[in-house]
Amino acid sequence: MSTQQQEPEQPESQETPKDPEMKGAESPVDEKEKETGEIDQTTADETELEGETVLIKVFRYDPEVADKQEPRFDEFHVPFEKGMTVLDAVMYARDHYDSSLTFRHSCRQAVCGSDAFFVNGKQRLGCKTQMADLEHPVRIEPLPHQEVVKDLVVDMDHFYDQMHTVEPYLQQDDLPTGDLEEQRQSRENREKIKMSTRCIWCGACMSSCNIAAGDNEYLGPAAINKAYRFAMDDREDEEVKEHRLRIIEQEHGVWRCQTQFSCTEVCPKDIPLTEHIQELKREAVKKNLKFW
Amino acid sequence: MYEHDVIVVGAGGAGLRAAVAADEAGADVALVSKLHPVRSHTGAAEGGINAALREGDDWELHAYDTMKGSDYLADAPAVETLTQDSPEDTITLEHWGMPFSREEDGRVSQRPFGGLSFPRTTYAGAETGHHLLHVMYEQVVKRGIQVYDEWYVMDLATTDEDDPNERECHGVVAYDVQSGNVEGFKANDGVILATGGPGQAFDHTTNAVSCTGDGHAMAYRAGAPLEDMEFIQFHPTSLPSTGVLISEGVRGEGGILYNNDGERFMFEHGYANNDGELASRDVVARAELTEVQEGRGVNDEYVHLDMRHLGEERILDRLENILHLAEDFEGVDGLIEPMPVKPGQHYAMGGIEVDENGQTCIDGLYAAGECACVSVHGGNRLGGNALPELIVFGKRAGRHAAGDDLGEPQIRTGYGDDVEDETDTELPVQPGSAGLDGSGGVAADGGMTADAEGILERQVESAREHVDYLMEKDTGVQHAEIRQKLQNAMTDYVNVFRTEEGVKKALKLIRECREEYQDVYVDDPSRTFNTDLQQTIETRNLIDVAETIALGALVRNEFRGAHWRQENQIRDDENWLKHTLISWEEGEPKIFYRPVILEGEDKTYEPKDRSY
Ligand SMILES: Cc1cc2nc3c(=O)[nH]c(=O)nc-3n(C[C@H](O)[C@H](O)[C@H](O)COP(=O)(O)OP(=O)(O)OC[C@H]3O[C@@H](n4cnc5c(N)ncnc54)[C@H](O)[C@@H]3O)c2cc1C
Ligand code: SF4
Ligand code: FES
Repeated sequence: MSTQQQEPEQPESQETPKDPEMKGAESPVDEKEKETGEIDQTTADETELEGETVLIKVFRYDPEVADKQEPRFDEFHVPFEKGMTVLDAVMYARDHYDSSLTFRHSCRQAVCGSDAFFVNGKQRLGCKTQMADLEHPVRIEPLPHQEVVKDLVVDMDHFYDQMHTVEPYLQQDDLPTGDLEEQRQSRENREKIKMSTRCIWCGACMSSCNIAAGDNEYLGPAAINKAYRFAMDDREDEEVKEHRLRIIEQEHGVWRCQTQFSCTEVCPKDIPLTEHIQELKREAVKKNLKFW
Repeated sequence: MYEHDVIVVGAGGAGLRAAVAADEAGADVALVSKLHPVRSHTGAAEGGINAALREGDDWELHAYDTMKGSDYLADAPAVETLTQDSPEDTITLEHWGMPFSREEDGRVSQRPFGGLSFPRTTYAGAETGHHLLHVMYEQVVKRGIQVYDEWYVMDLATTDEDDPNERECHGVVAYDVQSGNVEGFKANDGVILATGGPGQAFDHTTNAVSCTGDGHAMAYRAGAPLEDMEFIQFHPTSLPSTGVLISEGVRGEGGILYNNDGERFMFEHGYANNDGELASRDVVARAELTEVQEGRGVNDEYVHLDMRHLGEERILDRLENILHLAEDFEGVDGLIEPMPVKPGQHYAMGGIEVDENGQTCIDGLYAAGECACVSVHGGNRLGGNALPELIVFGKRAGRHAAGDDLGEPQIRTGYGDDVEDETDTELPVQPGSAGLDGSGGVAADGGMTADAEGILERQVESAREHVDYLMEKDTGVQHAEIRQKLQNAMTDYVNVFRTEEGVKKALKLIRECREEYQDVYVDDPSRTFNTDLQQTIETRNLIDVAETIALGALVRNEFRGAHWRQENQIRDDENWLKHTLISWEEGEPKIFYRPVILEGEDKTYEPKDRSY
């Protein structure tokens, strides 16, 4: 085991984001960082890292604790192991150096959607991001455009509210009767909705979206994708589909999307979000619904 | 204080199903969960849901397969209920919109699975659990069921009569993770525990970080026995660094296991001369570990699973998701190098003892899902049998708690005249409470037969004191250290190989963990989202649960299902056709046995060899 110690916790003033709001800090967005981080050209060579320690810089904030009310970055040196993910690195730092380091995580296998962070300027799932694939040192921040509760934990309530707005459940009361009769669905139709059903509610897409950042009421890519999942499901009737289109073509719905593809780029489940939004726009036009 | 008719603790597949059923039965129900529902570990299940839906199949065949798979330690009335109800409850999921894979004719697809005599595993791609979890949460949203998410349940509010069978459960005490506030939740009609598996008791597991056996520990301390805890399923192919599961599909397609000397050890060292890599899970897991123990492991830790010889085309066609898993979670490219794998804890067959209606011996206390033991899995769970358990018994528990009449159960619970006391085994250390480790569970000071509200209030008070104590103490041991020691003890000594000596060592180490826990403290001074506090409390639960697993493994001296004992490597039907029960009595585990029920509705399941 390593004898590495955490470096003295020194706020790096140039990286400290602007004054947080009363209720919580807005997480930082550093545009320059964002660009370089996304490209990841100079990824660390894995064999080079073996037996080494890697440096992570983690955003810290706690509204209750005196020296954390002002957001800062803490540095941790973590012994690298083959296969180490960003989540492994922050867990190591927490379990060995600072037990107050706080983040959500559970499954460690990209299905629970708890650990979307802003890693080197891009929204990524901590558990699905290999340290060896990143430029070092690795900067880990909470999702931008969401209120920070503490350290890497953001308030997800708004995201959940938007998901709930689109009536996210199958609406079909006219079910087949008889013993064990299922609704029939063609393979093609199942295939059509397949990608849209993979969403794990991680919130990465919403956080990456400029429109959502500017318009708090914008449904956002994940909720629109959820609407798509039902609108395209043949098990619902035409009437319900129209009702669904009416929800998503409202003022803060699909027409807000400016096809910037940022959501599609960050989605850890590879859901073609922008395409789905575009398709719903076309459907709405077809149905002759009102433009906003 | 919050108040509802039915309080469901946990919002995975079992909890959500219970809540929907209670709601349909007219109860005011609330879900209290430490994770937001969609984060629950049900989402990780891949394979599918066993249900006899098609012509040529019927519930009786499914029941037969399940009894055989259980190595005759499942109770027939539970198995028959499972297999009879699963078809209808699976179709209900379809009616709710679950995106099952489909056949040409538009009906839901089924596939073959190990140990099944008919391809009855109903699936939705390679992510059945994800879809099941989400479709059920959608129903909760649709019905407007109240969800308290990111509320951590610490304890039950139960009366403290001497005889647990006379106790009543009136609610739970929980704290709001976001704010740290401790509050009471009063349940007028029942509390349903649906807190999932205890995989974190082991160092290496396919279970989530949140699978800490909280429900097990709370029920146990309240006096409900834990049943068959020694039966833990280990999966032979999990990735070493995270425990992520590599499905049997790789070996099914022809993947080969090699040791560090490049030997195909399943054959070359004679573990399974016929089936090789395709031998049953426990056989392969034991073989891998033997290789490592005898110095032929890679990096002294794992073995290699190689699929390169299958060719890129075939791999991309059939096993593409495996490539992603190895790449994303282990940083290994399965096309150019073999994948490291080792056995990982996967599933707990045992759990809180309940009957077919989900009831424990404590009035008003229910359990469903992986935390419960009805028992349908006995000594070994068949793949695809856990998800139907969630929906069938989740639903039954919800309905029963809401007042629906489901008939008299045939399974008995609690200590009674049909049990036999454990008398033989010598324990290496005194297990159980080590004193000041957060109350004995049942509110201690006697006379707790007052009204429900009074009991709950007192329990809230003691929980608040406990939290304050942990937070105010500012030196001592931290949970991570204790947890790691506990997990290592379990993985070293209560793994796929179990010897009397080893398990005794584990019990000693567990005892040490308990004693160290006396000095535990929470370093994070903040009430806001204090995961340090949460994990500290979870670690206490893990200690209780690990101890019951080790105790069960020590007393059961035979080889049945997933439980292997060096000293008696046979299935010993003469002595062991019985469940192990462990209950917490005044701070000490009490061990007793109840005979397994092999008599079904109209036939008896005679124990046969579990060979395939
Ligand atoms: C990788 C993997 C693959 C699997 N594949 C299959 C398969 O193909 N087929 C199959 O049948 N089975 C499979 N299983 C098994 C099956 O998925 C699980 O047994 C099952 O999903 C458990 O569901 P549950 O509802 O009991 O618990 P979980 O889904 O784990 O939910 C537990 C809930 O309890 C809550 N909770 C826990 N403690 C507390 C507390 N103290 N306070 C408040 N809330 C709490 C959590 O927040 C969570 O909501 C698999 C398991 C794994 C790990
Ligand atoms: S659509 Fe993708 S990025 Fe957005 S919440 Fe779902 S999984 Fe996450
Ligand atoms: S921990 Fe579950 S998605 Fe990363």
